[in-house]
Formats: sequence, C-alpha cells, structure tokens
Amino acid sequence: MATDNTLIEVNNLNVGFRFGDEYYNAVEDVSISLAKNEILAIVGESGCGKSTLATAIIGLHDPHNTRIEGEILYNGLDLTKLNEKLYNRLRGNDISMIFQDPLGSLNPVMTIYKQIEESLIYHTKLNDKERYDRVLELLNQVGIPKPERVMKQYPHELSGGMRQRVVIAIALANKPPVIIADEPTTALDVTIQAQILDLMKDIQEETESGIILITHDLGVVAETADRVAVMYAGQIVEEAPVDVLFTDPKHPYTRSLLNSIPNELHEDGEELHVIQGTVPSLQNLPRKGDRFRDRIPWIPDEAFDEDPILHEIAPGHKVRGNSWKYFHFEGEEME
Amino acid sequence: MWKTVVRRLIIMIPQIILLSMLVFTVAHFMPGDPFTGIIDPNVDAARLEELRRAAGYYDPLHVQYFRWVGNALQGDFGRSFAQKVPVTTLIGARAMNSIRLGIVSTVFTYAIALPFGMLSGRYNNSWFDRFVMIYNYVSYAIPTFVLALLFIYIFGYQLQWFPTRGSASPVIPKGTAPYYWDMFYRLLLPGFTAGILGTATTTQTLRNEVIDAKTQDYVRTARSKGVPENVIYNKHIFRNAFLPIASSIGFIFSGLLNGSVFIERIFAFNGMGDLFITSITSRDYSVVITLVLFYGVISIIGSLVSDIVLSLVDPRIRIE
Ligand SMILES: Nc1ncnc2c1ncn2[C@@H]1O[C@H](COP(=O)(O)OP(=O)(O)OP(=O)(O)O)[C@@H](O)[C@H]1O
Ligand SMILES: [Mg+2]
Repeated sequence: MATDNTLIEVNNLNVGFRFGDEYYNAVEDVSISLAKNEILAIVGESGCGKSTLATAIIGLHDPHNTRIEGEILYNGLDLTKLNEKLYNRLRGNDISMIFQDPLGSLNPVMTIYKQIEESLIYHTKLNDKERYDRVLELLNQVGIPKPERVMKQYPHELSGGMRQRVVIAIALANKPPVIIADEPTTALDVTIQAQILDLMKDIQEETESGIILITHDLGVVAETADRVAVMYAGQIVEEAPVDVLFTDPKHPYTRSLLNSIPNELHEDGEELHVIQGTVPSLQNLPRKGDRFRDRIPWIPDEAFDEDPILHEIAPGHKVRGNSWKYFHFEGEEME
Repeated sequence: MWKTVVRRLIIMIPQIILLSMLVFTVAHFMPGDPFTGIIDPNVDAARLEELRRAAGYYDPLHVQYFRWVGNALQGDFGRSFAQKVPVTTLIGARAMNSIRLGIVSTVFTYAIALPFGMLSGRYNNSWFDRFVMIYNYVSYAIPTFVLALLFIYIFGYQLQWFPTRGSASPVIPKGTAPYYWDMFYRLLLPGFTAGILGTATTTQTLRNEVIDAKTQDYVRTARSKGVPENVIYNKHIFRNAFLPIASSIGFIFSGLLNGSVFIERIFAFNGMGDLFITSITSRDYSVVITLVLFYGVISIIGSLVSDIVLSLVDPRIRIE
C-alpha cells in the first residue's frame, strides 16, 4: 500500500471519547493513506467520525478525554507517539488544516496580517520584511483583491468567501505537504463554494500537496477528488477511485448514499431511495456485526457477516463485509 | 476610534446636566440653609430673613439652579457648615489622596485577578482552580471592616510592616523625597485591602471567559498553525477573554473610589470617603452634596473610560 509517494498512512486507528469512565470509539479500525499530489475525499453522514479522524491526524484531540490507538505515520514517523512540542513543529508546517466555519476560525480581535504571519513566525526564520512579502504573496495566491488593504482588516470586515480564502492562506503559508480540509465550503453559498473548490484544486496542482477533503456533498467529491473513502458509523465501508465509486458502487451504504441525491443518474425516472433512520449516537452504536444492518432491514440475516472486514475486490477498490453481494433497494429485486 | 471618543464625549454633556439637576433638587430639599451653622444663634429672626433674601434663598428655583451651576463652574461649591472653610479647599487635597488610593487598589486588583482568572480558566477543575473559587467566595463575602481589621492586626501590629493610620507622616518635612515615599508606603496596606475586595468579580468573569474561549474555533485554528500553548493562552485567548473586563475597567475604578469609603475610615486615611462619612454624621450638607456630585461625575467619566478602552481592544466596536 505504502509507496514512495505516501505522505500519510493511517493504520487501524481507533479514536475513543470518554464518557464517565468508558471510552466509546468514534473512529474504529480506520486504515487509509494519502499520497503526494492526490485529493482524497472522505464522505459520510453527519456524526460518522470524519472530523474526529481529521482532528486525530493533526493531533488536536484533548488527551484527557480521548483515547487514540493505532498508527498515524507521516514520512514513517508515528504521530500518535509525538509530544506536544514536536507536534507543534509539524502543525502548520507539514500538516495544516482548513476548518468549516470561516468566521469562527479566525480570531476576531487580530488583523488578517497577524493571523497569517503567525504561521510563518513559528516555522520560518524570515525577517519582518520577508514575512510581509510572503503574506502579500499568499493573499494574492488565494485571490484576495486589494491585499494591502485586507491585511490591516479584521475578520468581521470580510465576507464569508473572503474569510475562507484567508483561512486557506493561513493553511498554505508554509507550503505544507499535507492539507486537511474539513468541510471547507459547507458554510458558504453555492457560487462561492465553487470558487473555493476551484481555488483548492489550483493550489493542489501548484504545490503538489496531498489534500484530505472531508465533505458530505457528493457533488463536491465528483468534481474534486481522485479517491474516495466512505465512512459509516466510525468505519470505512468502501474505498475506491472516484470514477469507480460513482459508476460501480458496491457497499449498501454507498449505494444508498448515491441513490439519495437527485442528480443526472436519476434522470430516467428511477426512484430515489432515502436512507431510513439515523446514525446511532456513540454510546448506542452496535459494536458487533454489520453497523449498517439496522438501516436495511429488508435484507435477510444471512447476508451479514459476523465481523465484516474490508476486502479488496479490485485493485484500489475495497468494500467492507459481504452484504453488498445481497443488497437491493427496498421494493426492488436483486439484479 | 476618534469618532467614538468624540461621540462619547458629546453624550456625556446631557448626562452631567441631568446629574447636576438631580443633585440640586436633592440639595434643595435638604434641611438647613446657607446660614445654618455660620450664624450666631442669638441673631434675631427678622435679621436672618433679610440675610436669606439677600442671598437669593427665595428666588425661583431655576434662578437658584443657574446661580448654583455658575458658581460650581467657577469652582465655588459653598462653604462647609461644620468646618467653616470653602468646600473646594476641604475636598481638594483629599480627592488627590483618594485617587491615589483608587489607583493603587486597582493595580492590586488586576495584579491578583488577571493571573488568577487566566490560570483557573486554563486549568479549570484543577486544585488551583478550586483554590481560586474558594478565594473568590471568601473575598466576596468578607465584610470590608473584617478584612481591614485583620490586615491591620497582622501587618500593622504583629509584623509591624506598615503604619496603620493616616495618609501622610506628621513628622517628615513636606515636599521631600522621604515624604513622598512615606505617602506611597502608607497607600500599600489600605490599597491592598481594597484591591483584594475588588478581585472576585474580575477573576470570576475572566475565568468563565477563558473556559468559553478555549473551545472556540479560532483557538483550534491557532493550534493547527503550531502556535505553542502558552502563546495560545496569553495572546489568542487572553485578548478575547479580556473584552468584558475591559468594558468594566472604568466602573471598577469609580467603584473602588466609592467602595474605599469604609477603607479610608478604618485606616484613618485622609480621603474623600472619610470626609463623606464625617460630613454626613455632622450634617454638613454642602459638603455631602458636592461629594455626591463629584462621585456622580466620576462614574460618568468611568463609563467613558470603559467605552474608550473597549473600542481600543475590540475592533468590531470601532467600525460602527
Ligand atoms: N469531543 C467529543 N467528545 C465526545 N464525543 C464527540 C466529540 N467529538 C465528536 N464526538 C462524537 O463523535 C461522533 C463523530 O463526530 P464527528 O464530529 O467526527 O462527525 P463528523 O462526521 O465530522 O460529522 P459532521 O458532518 O456533522 O461534521 C459523533 O457521534 C459525535 O457526537
Ligand atoms: Mg465534522
């Protein structure tokens, strides 16, 4: 799996949150890798553990209430074993993160300049003048008009789209090889969303970095990603190159997800299937057997494995369990 | 920024006019007249009436009001009945003493409240946080005179570190360097006492703000840049958590000035609070009225200071 181009390799990762004296895994047995020059999308319903996974990679979980097991390798270095000081050297320099809410992500009482400059202060030896030039360059790169003026402004003076560009500029400051974007466009309106995604694609091409793009918008995935991992209830249920996932989805959850969005696939009047029920909360998650089983009750019991694991069914295409072989939408026959 | 200041200054004018009317009305219904206390009780009633008329005692209210304002603007607040000197002479030196005490106790308040609030918020639920909580309850609940007497007993009598009475030494020659040093030294114990009594609210506010701020998204962004934890707290979190404190800075100052009434009394400190109590007990109304006016003006200025400080630290306010 790991090649020379591998940037991040996550192996059998569990991330559990503490409730009282018990830890409940929000991410369970996740293995995933990210290569240079690649956009890996992670999709799944709200609460399936996408942010928990991303936060674990950049090491920002509260150690007192979180238990992390497994490996997160970056250039062969296991990040789960790093102390705060070493991790801080990596954060913002090797791995940076773009968050969902562009207003909340910026400090309301600091100027845009200070907030971008801060990334440079802790990771470079640039002097004042050089830092200024770099910030200016970054603002230009993320397409902010009148950068000299914007530098002196505060977050509340900018629009949502502009703020998200600033957040991206912060993430790019030290040209990190790995960028994690956690729903970078969710809070923005549709036209701005498209602009920001284009910007991220351009940047990815320019910098050759690897991007982990977290989203629950399959349209975004189709447009931007190279590879997709689908998460359900803390586990990866399917992983495939983007074209394979859209043309030949296997796992019942992936198929349901694709089927629940109205798009050109359904033009021929094919019925839309809304997924029944909701993702159970952490404490109520079934820890044994197929986690998606309860939401497709019309599939016979024999279809489900005792302990579904990820199988590679074609090069680069992995599916969890064997239930997919028996799956059909409710009211339809097996193909 | 300057716009805010100018606009706030303009708002102050009607506030002060309103205050003066209020104070004047109260004064008008106080017992006594300009001659109470300064006139020989043997003077006959007809003569007194004549004097009152001449002094404008029977003029219409608004005429009296404007005369009073006019005099006040020229620094004439009448004479003290009890001490037979102009009110301004009486207040002048004491006001300086009280302001000094106010400054020293404010410094103590912040020197205690800022680190306490920051650290207990940062390490909430730690033993230090619990200690600060207990400290807060105690310092909030303890009556001024109990704490003052306790400190006088410990630091004044037992340890003999500080003089316990007075704002200046009666023996050191005035105007010399040792005289000023002594004056400063005498501020420390009452200032510390008043300072401690003012810490609870600030500490508690700051603690809660820090706890709130540390889960904010911008803190997570700062962490994702690799900013060290201490800088996260001292820069990102502090600047945001400080906003509500900044907005109350002016009030704290005026509050301390008012609150030091008892402190000054107990430490026999020659300040305005002390004067306030003396003049109330001796029914020295012209002094009381002037002090009420004075405290009122200080409160108004305090809120002005708060607004200016807030507009300095919170960019979102500057814009409007
Ligand atoms: N700090 C935390 N403490 C306890 N539980 C948490 C914590 N963070 C997340 N969870 C729980 O973990 C599960 C996964 O949450 P997570 O935020 O990773 O989901 P997500 O896939 O990012 O969802 P969304 O699309 O809504 O952002 C949820 O059940 C959530 O309630
Ligand atoms: Mg999330």
